[in-house]
Amino acid sequence: MTWSESISYRTVIGLEVHVQLLTRTKLFCGCSTTFGQPPNSATCPVCLGLPGALPVMNRRAFDLAVKAALALNCRVAGFTKWDRKNYFYPDLPKNYQISQYDLPFSEEGWLEIDAGQGPRRIGLIRVHLEEDAGKLLHDENGGGQASRVDLNRAGTPLLEIVSKPEVASPEETRAYLEEIRLLLRELGVSDCEMQEGSLRCDANINLHIPQADGSVAATPIVEVKNLNSVAAVERAMRYETQRQFEQFQKDGKKWGEPGVHKATAGWDENSRTTRIQRRKEEAADYRYFPEPDLVPVTVSAARVDEVRAELGELPAAQRARLPAQYGLSAYDAGVLTRQGRAFVAYFEEAARLCGDAKETANWLANDVLQALNESKQAIRYFPISAAGLADLIGEIKATGLNKQRSREVFAEMLAGCPSAKQAMDKLGIKVIADRDQLADIVRRAIAANPTAVADFKKGKTKAADAIKGAVMRETKGMARTELVQEILLEELHRAGSDADRG
Amino acid sequence: MAMMDTSAAEIRQLFVGGQASAREITHSCLEVIRQRDGNIKAFLHVDEAGALDQARLVDEKRARGEALGQLAGVPVALKDVLCVRGQPTTCGSKILASFTPPYDAHVVARLRQADAILVGKTNMDEFAMGSSTENSAYHTTRNPWDLERTPGGSSGGSAAAVAAGEVPLAIGSDTGGSIRQPAGLCGIVGMKPSYGRVSRFGLIAYGSSLDQIGPFARNIADAALLLACVAGHDARDSTSVERAVPAYAQMSEQPLRPLTIGVPREFFGAGLDGEVEKAVRAALEVYQGLGATIRDVSLPHTRFAVAAYYLVATAEASSNLARYDGGHFGRRATMFDNLIDMYCRSRGEGFGAEVKRRIMLGTHVLSSGYRDAYYVKALKVRRLIKQDFDEVFNNCDVIIGPTSPTPAFKLGEKVGDPLAMYLSDVYTISANLAGLPGISIPCGFTGSGLPIGLQILAAPFEEQKLLQVARMFERETDWHDRRPG
Repeated sequence: MTWSESISYRTVIGLEVHVQLLTRTKLFCGCSTTFGQPPNSATCPVCLGLPGALPVMNRRAFDLAVKAALALNCRVAGFTKWDRKNYFYPDLPKNYQISQYDLPFSEEGWLEIDAGQGPRRIGLIRVHLEEDAGKLLHDENGGGQASRVDLNRAGTPLLEIVSKPEVASPEETRAYLEEIRLLLRELGVSDCEMQEGSLRCDANINLHIPQADGSVAATPIVEVKNLNSVAAVERAMRYETQRQFEQFQKDGKKWGEPGVHKATAGWDENSRTTRIQRRKEEAADYRYFPEPDLVPVTVSAARVDEVRAELGELPAAQRARLPAQYGLSAYDAGVLTRQGRAFVAYFEEAARLCGDAKETANWLANDVLQALNESKQAIRYFPISAAGLADLIGEIKATGLNKQRSREVFAEMLAGCPSAKQAMDKLGIKVIADRDQLADIVRRAIAANPTAVADFKKGKTKAADAIKGAVMRETKGMARTELVQEILLEELHRAGSDADRG
Repeated sequence: MAMMDTSAAEIRQLFVGGQASAREITHSCLEVIRQRDGNIKAFLHVDEAGALDQARLVDEKRARGEALGQLAGVPVALKDVLCVRGQPTTCGSKILASFTPPYDAHVVARLRQADAILVGKTNMDEFAMGSSTENSAYHTTRNPWDLERTPGGSSGGSAAAVAAGEVPLAIGSDTGGSIRQPAGLCGIVGMKPSYGRVSRFGLIAYGSSLDQIGPFARNIADAALLLACVAGHDARDSTSVERAVPAYAQMSEQPLRPLTIGVPREFFGAGLDGEVEKAVRAALEVYQGLGATIRDVSLPHTRFAVAAYYLVATAEASSNLARYDGGHFGRRATMFDNLIDMYCRSRGEGFGAEVKRRIMLGTHVLSSGYRDAYYVKALKVRRLIKQDFDEVFNNCDVIIGPTSPTPAFKLGEKVGDPLAMYLSDVYTISANLAGLPGISIPCGFTGSGLPIGLQILAAPFEEQKLLQVARMFERETDWHDRRPG
């Protein structure tokens, strides 16, 4: 038993996720948001914060944000305003960030996740819109003497999604981030690339540990930053869980005690540890006040309904529908849903055409997905159409072609062969389905493998597989698998009873 | 040609009619500036070459027979708070000593479209914070009526330039009275339009929810002409209002009848100079003589206006001025140890005492623990002041009172007493808090020959009413014809 299994405690994680919106232009000016342009080329007086420049809200960014909020089941406010968050930092040209403080455009939502134990809702406190800061490029060669500032990113629309502290494990953290990514990509809200910084995550974590006296001790909250991939977030949460548990065994420090403060820690992916950066002795005072250069925004109920109607079926609903409609396992439904709507649509089309949803799901979850991953393709560019895959599945069922040869046919179709039949012809596959012919081959294989037969008789049913393998070798995999199995068992039993009699 | 007594409208006529070229007009204007500004010191920067270039272009335009703008050939001075592409724009501060904006303010673009000749940038209190132009980091501007006295502020340079006859028109900005007060102290016309009437794009912000750009002129018609050129919606300023701009110049000639004038008793209390009060009362009699009904009204919450203003304006200023950190533009300290030290030294060296005072005050009133008691309460007071005005305007067309409690005070007199300085805006500040348009027009002189200003306020977006009512008075009196000696 490991340390973590030895005692029951609760992991409490709250996630603060920032995603860049997929708008052509910035939140308060007309500059391009394209990633990877030469430093400071996508800037203007507004996003440089030059004297006299004024922000004008990008309506498209706001609409996208509303879409995201509705998909996150948030209540969208009819009236919202902008506020200034004041702090000095070189990546923030105005030394204040235009954000939202007491009247965010949306609040009180939830995100349904499935970390393998069935669907669960994680509550959301709020989703608000703000402008991104620029990027600091620290000069490694200059011995840390010089830092450069790239303001291309300054003013990019950023959605902040704040969860309630309801994420209960590192696995759920991963599921939460993957679900946000899936949802927002599907809706065209954000491309959610953690590497490029279009999705960023800070995690607040502590443990609730039951004590002998029946009370529950909470460990000091740590805010973990510098998390650059979903895997890193999960690892960091696992590490921090263990660290906090061990620390608590050592010093027994509890959240809420005098002298115990929230700490900020950076995740170091190389050493796979968190490093406490600073203690938050006192909450930073951002001196929020209403942004006087912008007017409040109103959103009508009709507009909310309109946007909601455009959302379509969201992943959580698909995950629930696929098992109900097609008899898929929750796991398979999860795999399909995770690939996005186009993938699910492909599945539904192929399943409808071939009439075997389970088999369709198997092909998609394994071979199709693998091929897509290898070619880094999206399903809509996949060379085999849904009808093609349905054709293949139908042909396999009709002929009883074994898995290995089926995959060869699949590969042939992937290379451009339009139908399963043509692919099989090309590969010279002709399925042997004649009972007498197969029985003959089986008997010969039994005769050639006395050891296996003897093992089988001793009750080692697995030994039959060796004989089956020999049959398949003999027929170049073109024997109808279930027929071989049937004949083999018949023949083995007969051989057994003959021997008994003899 | 002599600029001294020529109005903007007349200059345009001379130019359009072919009696004078823009080049001649500009030369004449620059000559007057050369002669007088050594004493007045209204300008921070005179753009002689640029002005002559603009004049040449306008002359060529006329030669080609093209349509000419509303201010064709008319020299205009700009308060140094407005961004002009490629021109020094200091905002009266050392921290922007080397700053040249890469773009024109909306108002500047409009003036160019109107074929005006932009002759230079005028002095001001640093970041428009002050009432005497003594807070300029560069020099102190003098009142043309008495060189020992202030022209007022913060748009003191623009007001003095117009009063001294150096230019017929100038642009100022008004956050708490910074157009009306210097207009009053310099004996000219100065108007603060309604909040949202003129785009603030390119106006270096002080208190964003209070700042407005407006005209200085020597008569109502010219003020109306300049306002008409710069007013109107601009998509680059979200707070600029989409409302049609009336034909101010024509409308101002129409007397407003019947006319009901509200006279707030709060504007005639302690601190009001006797001679100022006498001149204002006399002005009210002129209106009575024109058939106006005078109504005694009350604006009970205006007694909190100065306090509320110094909370709201400084809070916004503390944030607006955060960008001057030595990082991306403007002045950076030469010696510093680290980032924070660079911020501290750049700002410490770059800002003057009054600006620092207001940044500290504004930072304090927004701080956690104080925000509700100061900033949030000030916003409540602001709403109450607005309500006071709304009620009065239900029964009155305009409100009339003094622009400032005293005529121009001596330079140096209030420098050591910020509170006394703040009180010189006691009558003008509430219009900014309520977003109202206001105008100051000359209504008399003290025994020692200092001008006295009459302030007229109207409901939001009723600038035309202000101009009509002001013009009625101007027609009956000759205060606006007097010139400093």
